[in-house]
Amino acid sequence: MRRWLFVLPVVLFGLLTAGFYVGLYTDANVLPSALIDEPAPQFDLPPLPGEARGFSTADLKGHVSLVNAFASWCLPCREEHAVLNALARTKRVPIYGIDYKDKEPAISAWLKELGNPYDRIGADSGRVGIDWGVYGVPETFIVDRSGRIRYKHVGPLTQDDVERKILPLVAKLDK
Amino acid sequence: MIDEIGHFALVLALCVAALQSSLPLLGAARREPALVALARPAALAQFLFVATAFFALMHAYAVSDFSLVNVAANSSSTKPLLYKLTGVWSNHEGSMLLWVFILALFGAAVALFGRNLPPTLRARVLSVQAMIGVGFLLFILLTSNPFLRLVPAPLDGNGLNPILEDRGLAFHPPCLYLGYVGFSISFCFAIAALIEGRVDPAWARWVRPWTLAAWCALTIGIAMGSWWSYYTLGWGGWWYWDPVENASFMPWLIGTALLHSAIVVEKRDALKTWTILLAIVTFSLSLIGTFLVRSGVLTSVHAFASDPMRGVFILLLIGIATGGALLLFAVRAPSLQGGGLFAPISREGGLLLNNLLLSAAAATVLLGTLYPLFLDVVAHKKVSVGPPFFNSTFVPIMIPLLIAMAVGPLLAWKRGDLLAALQRLKLAFLLMAAAAVVTLAIMGVRSLGAACGLGLAAWLLAATITEWVERMRLFSEPLGSSFRRALRLPRAAWGMTFAHAGMAVVVAGITGSSAWTVERIENVQPGQSVDIAGYTVALDGVHEVQASDHTALRADMRLLRDGHQIAAMHPEKRFYPVENGTQTDVAIRTNLVSDVYAVIGDADGKGGYVLRLYYNPLVPWIWLGAAAMALGGLVSLSDRRHRVGAPARRARLAAAAQPAE
Repeated sequence: MRRWLFVLPVVLFGLLTAGFYVGLYTDANVLPSALIDEPAPQFDLPPLPGEARGFSTADLKGHVSLVNAFASWCLPCREEHAVLNALARTKRVPIYGIDYKDKEPAISAWLKELGNPYDRIGADSGRVGIDWGVYGVPETFIVDRSGRIRYKHVGPLTQDDVERKILPLVAKLDK
Repeated sequence: MIDEIGHFALVLALCVAALQSSLPLLGAARREPALVALARPAALAQFLFVATAFFALMHAYAVSDFSLVNVAANSSSTKPLLYKLTGVWSNHEGSMLLWVFILALFGAAVALFGRNLPPTLRARVLSVQAMIGVGFLLFILLTSNPFLRLVPAPLDGNGLNPILEDRGLAFHPPCLYLGYVGFSISFCFAIAALIEGRVDPAWARWVRPWTLAAWCALTIGIAMGSWWSYYTLGWGGWWYWDPVENASFMPWLIGTALLHSAIVVEKRDALKTWTILLAIVTFSLSLIGTFLVRSGVLTSVHAFASDPMRGVFILLLIGIATGGALLLFAVRAPSLQGGGLFAPISREGGLLLNNLLLSAAAATVLLGTLYPLFLDVVAHKKVSVGPPFFNSTFVPIMIPLLIAMAVGPLLAWKRGDLLAALQRLKLAFLLMAAAAVVTLAIMGVRSLGAACGLGLAAWLLAATITEWVERMRLFSEPLGSSFRRALRLPRAAWGMTFAHAGMAVVVAGITGSSAWTVERIENVQPGQSVDIAGYTVALDGVHEVQASDHTALRADMRLLRDGHQIAAMHPEKRFYPVENGTQTDVAIRTNLVSDVYAVIGDADGKGGYVLRLYYNPLVPWIWLGAAAMALGGLVSLSDRRHRVGAPARRARLAAAAQPAE
């Protein structure tokens, strides 16, 4: 009679379970960015106090670059810093920093303590971070020669990420 | 040595559960009383073995036996004893063991207190329950064994996440699990009824106390969790609609529906297949709640850093339990004899409406919780569904529910008279209007939503009290006679009055807190003070204090009203060196109508501190109301009809206990 009504729950549950199963193998940490393959936003950030150079869109033209949003108040950034220092020593790619919602003297002390891997740093009150779609620091972007964002990494970079994702992509974009 | 005994007991429990899940079921089918009779001792033995394992692990935590991986990873020798013990369920392996312990506890309870059950029904219930036990004991032994050794044993452990070191949270998981796992009994009764092909009022009467017990525990568990998040997280909020909360809330909603639909089965012999379905869904949501969300499967397999097998295993278990149950439902439910027709305007009609609204509410929460996951799976898009979604979908479903909740108890069974019921609610109408108008007059037109909320709360409370007064014939008969009537009222009626009144209080609390919370964040130097909602909070000083496992920044504050001191408040910001974590300790001053809530934040480096102050009106009512609801459930549980006089079910079942000849 209305037998299908009694079958409905088990069918719905089957769909639910299938969804869970696929969900099990979906990495929730991969956040897509609406900006992938889009030109980097227009911005012109002032330098940190005591520094000569800020960071603006013009600095991204003509070469592959790595843009890292960070802050001295962010604990994972501290963890990531050693990785960036190591990357800077290889001189494979210029590293630009967006210092996100930070304060003096905390940031100067931070760079003095941990070293400065950045070729340029811009101080951002938060507006430019929004334009880049920064969700939480640290985040890292790879920008190609024409100034388009090609890759976004959420969370601290590990040495493994650098070797497996960042450097191969930089090498590919450099060709 | 004790650890090995625990481990061995767990293996024995698995063996017993395997026997318990097969032989009594076979015996019930073949009418062999010897096999049927096996169910009770097996359930007791299984409980004994699981309890041995559980207390062995507890012992290991108590003596800080760091030769167990589990203890070393989740405890440390400096913890106070209470938190060493509660550390047992602070982690995946230990909480699984607690889960199975409670499962076996309920099995033993059915074996001991289910004397009035027909032996075959009891055997089937216990067999189905043992099947769940087998699944989860296997899961523990194969993928999440808390008794694994660590060589060499470290000198000290990693410690407990400081956020878990709290009295409220220490007992929140056991309560929640009592609720979740308690619904397994309703589930087993539903499966047993499907196997027997028979649901009748007696069945409903047997299943009801177990559902009630689970519902009470879950109510307390959810309220404790919400209270905990209120006083520890330091944001002044008490509910965030995050997946973990939703996971406990969905079984509560469906469990509440089950509680009410079982009454219809008991009184009117109707809504049978629906009740069976609710029993299956309630426990299934509990399973999803405990395992998928809490273990992080919902977010990703990477949450199981040590062993991705766990996720697949759990999914398989849920698939077998729920999928099997629903399949059995699809095959057997259509042949269940339905009861008579019933009129829409009647007590049972009201209860059906309650069921539909509660199910719709649970479906909304389910959709909001799972939608992000499914969108990610299907379209690789990331979204997050937040409070605005739930507020705009869940609240509109609650409004008709609250209106109907007031009217339903005043309708008669079979054929109610809506007009007469509404006439009896004249006073409630007046009080509702008065509450709304007074709210608007005092707080202004912008509080229209809050006026509706308080009006509804007044409506429900007044209607509940009206029903209670009429039952006792208070005011219409001499006081002594009313008093005697009150004493003779069934406990279940008292329970309903408490629970519905509690709900009204909760609604008022939620309304007040969401409409009129005042927040102030200020940078304050010692000696300065902050005004908030008619109170003054004076910061006298901040100093460091030392405890066994943490250091803290402790503020000395005075709460003043009109220049007079009301209370001293001491919020703390704690640092736990072993775990390298910080934790806020909120200071709350409550007068049971509103709270003043103070959090001390970071030092600004110039001698000042960031203070976060909240004035939370009516918030305490949320937990007072929830406590009244749970109390109502417990009172109803003590109703004598659950203990004596359960109608005997004759013929077939009694015959089954006799030799088959």
